Amino acid sequence: MTDVLQLLVYGIVLGSILTLGAIGVSMIFGILRFAHFAHGDFMTVGAYIGLAAVTATGGSIWLALPAGMLGTAVVAVIIDQVLYRRIRRKQPVILLISSFGMALALRSLVQLIWGPDNQNYASGIQLPWRIEGIAVKPDHVTIVVAAIALVVTLHLFLTRTRLGKAMRAMSDNMDLALITGIPAERVIMATWIMAGAMAAAAGVFLGIDTRLHPVMGWTVLLPVFASAIVGGIGRPYGAIAGGMVIGIAMEMSTLFIDPAYKLAVAFAIMVVMLIVRPQGIFKGTV
Amino acid sequence: MSLLDARGVYGGYGGADILNGTSIQLDRDEIVVIVGPNGAGKSTMMKAIFGLVRIRKGQVHFNGGDITNGKPQDMVGRGIAYVPQERNVFPSMTVKENLEMGAYLLKDDIRPRLDKVYDVFPKLRERRNQPAGLMSGGERQMVAMGRALMIDPVLLMLDEPTAGLSPLLIDDTFARIREIAALGIGVLMVEQNAKQALGIASRGYVLATGENRYEDTGPNLLANREVAEMFLGG
Repeated sequence: MTDVLQLLVYGIVLGSILTLGAIGVSMIFGILRFAHFAHGDFMTVGAYIGLAAVTATGGSIWLALPAGMLGTAVVAVIIDQVLYRRIRRKQPVILLISSFGMALALRSLVQLIWGPDNQNYASGIQLPWRIEGIAVKPDHVTIVVAAIALVVTLHLFLTRTRLGKAMRAMSDNMDLALITGIPAERVIMATWIMAGAMAAAAGVFLGIDTRLHPVMGWTVLLPVFASAIVGGIGRPYGAIAGGMVIGIAMEMSTLFIDPAYKLAVAFAIMVVMLIVRPQGIFKGTV
Repeated sequence: MSLLDARGVYGGYGGADILNGTSIQLDRDEIVVIVGPNGAGKSTMMKAIFGLVRIRKGQVHFNGGDITNGKPQDMVGRGIAYVPQERNVFPSMTVKENLEMGAYLLKDDIRPRLDKVYDVFPKLRERRNQPAGLMSGGERQMVAMGRALMIDPVLLMLDEPTAGLSPLLIDDTFARIREIAALGIGVLMVEQNAKQALGIASRGYVLATGENRYEDTGPNLLANREVAEMFLGG
C-alpha cells in the first residue's frame, strides 16, 4: 500500500509536468491545426534559460521559473514569426515536419551553448519529508502547487479575458472567428506566448525533479502528446485529465514491469485511446 | 445612392467562375432576398460581397466606399455582419460568450448592445450561460443572428436563415428579421423558402447560373408566373 501511495505521489508530480506540456500542444493544435513536434524542446529551452538565470544571478532555483517562461515565450513567438507564419497556409503536414526540424535545431542549439552533460539547478540532496512512510520532497509540493496555480491562471485567462475567449473561439470555429472580425494573427501570437511559457514551466519542473539534459524535453514529448490525445486534443482542460492519467499510469506501471518501459506505457494508453475513444476524454477536435 | 451596390461581379472559388456578372443593390431599411435554383451562385454572391470569395471582375461599393475584395475584418469595421448558413456559432462557448465575440472589434462597453440583442431574442437572455453547441437548430440560428447584431450593423447578410427549421420556427425567424429591419438595418438574405421570404421582402433578385434573371419588388416576383413556374415550385 505504501508503494502504491508513493508511486501516486511521483505520478502526480509527473502528471503536473505532462499537463503543462500537453496544454500547449492542445492549444496549438486547436488553433493552428498541427501537432507541434518541437514542444518537448521548448521545454528543454525553458529549463536551460532558467538555468542561465539561476547561474547568472546565483539566486534561488525558483528564479528559473519566471526566467524560463519569459524567455521561452519570446523564443516561441520568434520561431512562429520567422518559420511557421510563412507556411501557415500550406498543408498541416508541412508545418508538422517543419516543427520536427525545429525540434532538432533547438536541441542542437541547447547542446552547443550548454554542453551535452547532465546539469542541475542546485547541487546536493534534498531531504524528503516522511509522511506515514511516504517520502515527499518539498520540491514535489512546490511543483504541484505551482502547476495548479499556472493552470488556474490559464483558466481565468481563457474564460475571463477578451483575448482568451477569442482563443477559444478560434479553436472552436476558425471560419466564423474570421468572419466575426477576430484578429487571427494576434490570437496566434498570444497562443504561442501561453504555450511557450507553459512548456517552459514544465521544463523547469522536470529539471528540478530530475536533471537538465539536452534531450530531456524530447524524451517526454511522447507522454506529453499522449496526455493531449487522451484528454482530447484541442481541449486545454482535457490536457489536465490526460496528463494526470498518463503520469500516474506511467509511475504505477513500475509496480508490475521494468521502469524502462514507462514510455511504452504512455504509448500503449495513447494507442488504446485512439482505438476506443479517439476524441479523448473531453471531446476533442479529431 | 444605394447603401450596397455590387455591379457586374464575376468570380468563384478558383476554378470556373460561379458568378457571371451578378449585380445586387440594397438601400437602407430594405429587406432584399436572393432566390434561385441550387448552384445559381446565391451564397457565393454573398460571400463575394463579404470578401470571402475572390472577385475577378466587377465592383462592390458600400456606403460610398469601394469594398471589392476587402478583408472580412474591414467589413465588420464598416458595419457589415454576415451569418453563414452552417457552423455559425462557437459550439463550446456560452450564448453570452458567442455574443461577446460578435463585438470583439468594439472597444466600448458592450452591455447596452447585449441588452438590445436580448430584447430582440428574449430566449437568448434565458439561455445565456448555456453552451451554444447544445442548443436546437432554431436557437442556434438566434445565437448566430444575435452575434451578428452585436456590432450594430448597417447591413446584415443572412445565408439561408431558415434552413432546416420547422414551419413554426420559420415563421418566427421571418418575424424577427422584419423586426431587425425595422431597427433601420438593411437585410440581404439568401433563401430557399422563396415564397415566404419574398413575402417580407422589399425587393428580390432571381439568380440563375450566376446571372441576374429577374429583379422586382417581392409581391411582383411572387405574381410573376414565369418566376413561379421556374423557381418557386409552381
